[in-house]
Amino acid sequence: MNMRIDKQTGEWLEREKQVNFTYEGKKFTAYEGDTITSALWASGEKVLGRSFKYHRPRGVLSLANHDINVMLTDGQDTNIRGDVVTVKDGMTLVAVNTLGGVKKDNLRYIGKLLSPFLVVGFYYKAFFRPRFMFPFWENIIRHGAGLGKVNFNYPRIPKPKLNEHYDVLVIGAGPAGLSAALAASLDKQLNILIVDENKQAGGSLGYDRAGSISPQSQLDELVSEVNKATNITLRTNAYAGAYYTDHLIPIIEFDGITKVRAKTLIIATGAFEQPPVFRNNDLPGVMNGSAAQRMIYRYGVKPFNNGVVFTANDHGYRVALDLIHAGTVVKAVVDLRNEPVSNALTKELTNHAVQIYSGHCVYEALATSDDMAVKGVVICPFDEDTNEADADRSFTIDCDGVAMSAGWASAAALLYQSGMKVKYDYTIEQFIPEALPNGIFAAGKVNGVFDLEQRIADGARAAAEAMRYMGMDNAPTISVQAHTASSPSHFFPVVPHPKGKNFVDFDEDIQAKDFINAAKEGFDNIELMKRFTTVGMGPSQGKHSNMNAIRILARIRELPVEKIGSTTSRPFFHPTPIGHLGGRNFHPVRQSAIQGWHADAGAVFVDVGAWSRPAYYQKPGVAVEEIIQQESVAVHNSVGIIDGSSLGKIEICGPQAVEFLERFFTGKFADQKVGEIRYALSIDESAVVADDGIISRVKDELYYLTIGTSNAAIVYREMQRWLQMWQLDVALVNVTGSYGIINVVGPKSVHVMSSLSQDPLLSTLTAGMVGEMTISDVAVRIMRVTFVSDIGYELHVPADSMLAVWEKLIKAGSAYDIRPFGTDTQRLLRLEMGHYLPGYDTDGLTIPYELGCDSELAMDKPFFVGQRSLKILAKKTLRKRLVPFVLEDGFSGQMPEDCNLVIDNGEIEGRVTSISYSSKVDRIIGFAYVNPKKIEAGSRFEIKTDNGSMVKATVVKTPFLNSKKES
Amino acid sequence: MKLLKCPINGTRPISEFVYGGTYREMPDHELVTDSEWASYVHYRDNAPGLKKEWWYHGPSGTWFIAERNTLTDEVKDTYLFNKLVEQESVK
Repeated sequence: MNMRIDKQTGEWLEREKQVNFTYEGKKFTAYEGDTITSALWASGEKVLGRSFKYHRPRGVLSLANHDINVMLTDGQDTNIRGDVVTVKDGMTLVAVNTLGGVKKDNLRYIGKLLSPFLVVGFYYKAFFRPRFMFPFWENIIRHGAGLGKVNFNYPRIPKPKLNEHYDVLVIGAGPAGLSAALAASLDKQLNILIVDENKQAGGSLGYDRAGSISPQSQLDELVSEVNKATNITLRTNAYAGAYYTDHLIPIIEFDGITKVRAKTLIIATGAFEQPPVFRNNDLPGVMNGSAAQRMIYRYGVKPFNNGVVFTANDHGYRVALDLIHAGTVVKAVVDLRNEPVSNALTKELTNHAVQIYSGHCVYEALATSDDMAVKGVVICPFDEDTNEADADRSFTIDCDGVAMSAGWASAAALLYQSGMKVKYDYTIEQFIPEALPNGIFAAGKVNGVFDLEQRIADGARAAAEAMRYMGMDNAPTISVQAHTASSPSHFFPVVPHPKGKNFVDFDEDIQAKDFINAAKEGFDNIELMKRFTTVGMGPSQGKHSNMNAIRILARIRELPVEKIGSTTSRPFFHPTPIGHLGGRNFHPVRQSAIQGWHADAGAVFVDVGAWSRPAYYQKPGVAVEEIIQQESVAVHNSVGIIDGSSLGKIEICGPQAVEFLERFFTGKFADQKVGEIRYALSIDESAVVADDGIISRVKDELYYLTIGTSNAAIVYREMQRWLQMWQLDVALVNVTGSYGIINVVGPKSVHVMSSLSQDPLLSTLTAGMVGEMTISDVAVRIMRVTFVSDIGYELHVPADSMLAVWEKLIKAGSAYDIRPFGTDTQRLLRLEMGHYLPGYDTDGLTIPYELGCDSELAMDKPFFVGQRSLKILAKKTLRKRLVPFVLEDGFSGQMPEDCNLVIDNGEIEGRVTSISYSSKVDRIIGFAYVNPKKIEAGSRFEIKTDNGSMVKATVVKTPFLNSKKES
Repeated sequence: MKLLKCPINGTRPISEFVYGGTYREMPDHELVTDSEWASYVHYRDNAPGLKKEWWYHGPSGTWFIAERNTLTDEVKDTYLFNKLVEQESVK
């Protein structure tokens, strides 16, 4: 049946453009601008979805995304909200959550036959025991209950995030929001954004007309003024998703998210209409009054032919007039309130010969024989004070639809998230803001203001307050009149019925009696009740159900509504596609100045801290383990080269530089000469090992620290903090990116270096020294360090000359088969040298005594960070010690791994921290924590491997290179 | 996302900052007992309220003190450490 009516002033359709689509395999035609729901309803289609639990047929409830009766899939996207998504040409739509189609959903028998058993909390109880059966039941339940199906072939659609800044962000472009934006726009300095989730601005002003044209004219005027204001941006089809700290609001649109930061927020989000609760209030054809109004004026669709209005406020009378305007025969207005209403609206309705029943209720809606539509309503006297329906005096009116108006719940999600305090206002039976955080203002219905003129005034008031908040003291003072008319919301619009099916939450099929049962079970706190009944936990997040749930719970507990409180709806306001939230896979890494050379040489990169470093250099047909051994043998026998640029490099300069080092590190630096390098150990205040490095005294007042890659940023940060506390005359400069580091190591490294430079420094520079020289016109700092080899040079080269020097060294080294090596080989080499690595061989509790590095602790200094704690720890018994060990010669059992436990007589004594095969030593070597009593060379201990076998290990002395001879 | 005011660089998003723990005044290490020192190192008063905290602005390397109410997450004031020293010496 065609329900389309004549073109309405202000409608959202382009009637000259037709759209063709299919729904459940059937072809439909609509106008451009129709939503899926309005298009189907206009064609007489009434079953638009199936409910989640009982699979009851569902039609329109809010037509505003306050319910999820109409959820569809088009094959690619799922859970498309039919009420608000515009229908597009060629769409192939199917309702979600059905078995065999929306009309013949075979799961409907759940609702018909099993519902007596599906009491609240049923799933928790029925499938709790026996536990081994749960996976079986879960499988069945999930098939029956799921909403939509995920498309695993979904294309990747990039949705970059935008950032915008405004002085005023107005959320909601209804009369209050538009008025607020206009009032603020009078100050031309202010930059104002107003957003609304609907396709057009106006809010209820666009559809709550009581059959008159004047609200639309008023709206047109407001919008044209907003459009004229040069400092207002009006954005529709855009909803404010959440409130985050310091006024950050994600604005969600079809294409993605804009993060808006605003100095002030004016929240004018209005109110959600709450359905009254009566039997069969979910039948297709029973809808909120505001839904009927939206349908008429936005989409030019008649909600039903013969209707009954069930109201508990004056809004229902306006709806009745709108229905008459649309051509619906209004057979009755049934008013739940005891007191008869008499005003201009009732007079006009009487002129249209509409029967008004005060002190009556719709006791139940009657379904057609196929259960898919309304065939009439049962009406009976009702006493709102005792909440009693007199079913004995009931009568039936035939109709094909019911419009419901029982009251509102403020759309206060963002206000709750921002931390507002609420109070309950009994003159309007609604929660309203009592106190708002700084810079946040509420206006209109969400603020408890319902009269149209007062809402407009309230918007201007909120704008003036926002302006005063921003320091504009000359902003006007605007007063808003208190509510005087009857309450827009009824205090308890719940009609009891012995057979139930009077729904409170349409998402989750929760009936009035479910709350009573939950309370009986002890879940009588709003948060507990929410979780046990799942009220408000469906996709519409309580938008149409939360207020009724609170009222019912208040009555069960015999408490005033404000004592029950409300749950806080969490972000996002509407479910937001994951694709909107997804990032860009943006993962920054630091690279050496010669990363390209490494890549060309076949480097396989590994992340080390923030850096990407070569792990090893691939050779065709050679296994990784073999490459690492080859690279290490090259260092032992000839010469190797590694890029160590990722090490942290910090300059410490100034007259008190040495004082700083003495306080920050454990060792002594006062007697360090220019040209000398020293080992430096850093511990924290609790004496836990932080990191170690090398300090070079380059000049009198200039020290140069190199420190481990991963911890460099943290160590630098701590140095800065202590420097600020100590207030020494010292400057710290992080030069990590300014220099590259090249280590040329191995017995032939001397030859490679001397073939590039005749500088006498090369022959005089011995281990533990630093100097400066030039290599082919590049000034470099050169050190003799013995980290991976006894013989080697560490060159610190300005980053932009790194490639030139590196290539020179490679060329000069070719005569000695110079081999570049990576971090994997470096780890093996330092292990062979017997050096522990902080962060690798230590953890967040390791103290220096456990490393046996007591000689690095200058306890005779007056102070260093961690010294006082060391003094305490020195008195305690050491629990473990790090020792170098080897496995038996020719060991061929299960290879122990890092973190395998050291076990003695069933007790855990420690763990392996590093372990590797060394071809040079021809043994498996490593570091492990063991009992401090067993640290002498030759002591034996056992490691439990992954397969449970116990492997014998022997403590040795470092460097391991001597172990071969000793054993 | 929260905003925080660096005393040097002005108001910046919180992602640029690193929290450095509650500010604690170090006792004289030569005078305190072992247990007093241990309590300085390990004990934190986690009761919510107005705290002096260390914060670090990463991009510029600025350490500073923020007076933050940990109950309401409101930052009352931010300043460099030497201002704290001045305040304490006035006391």
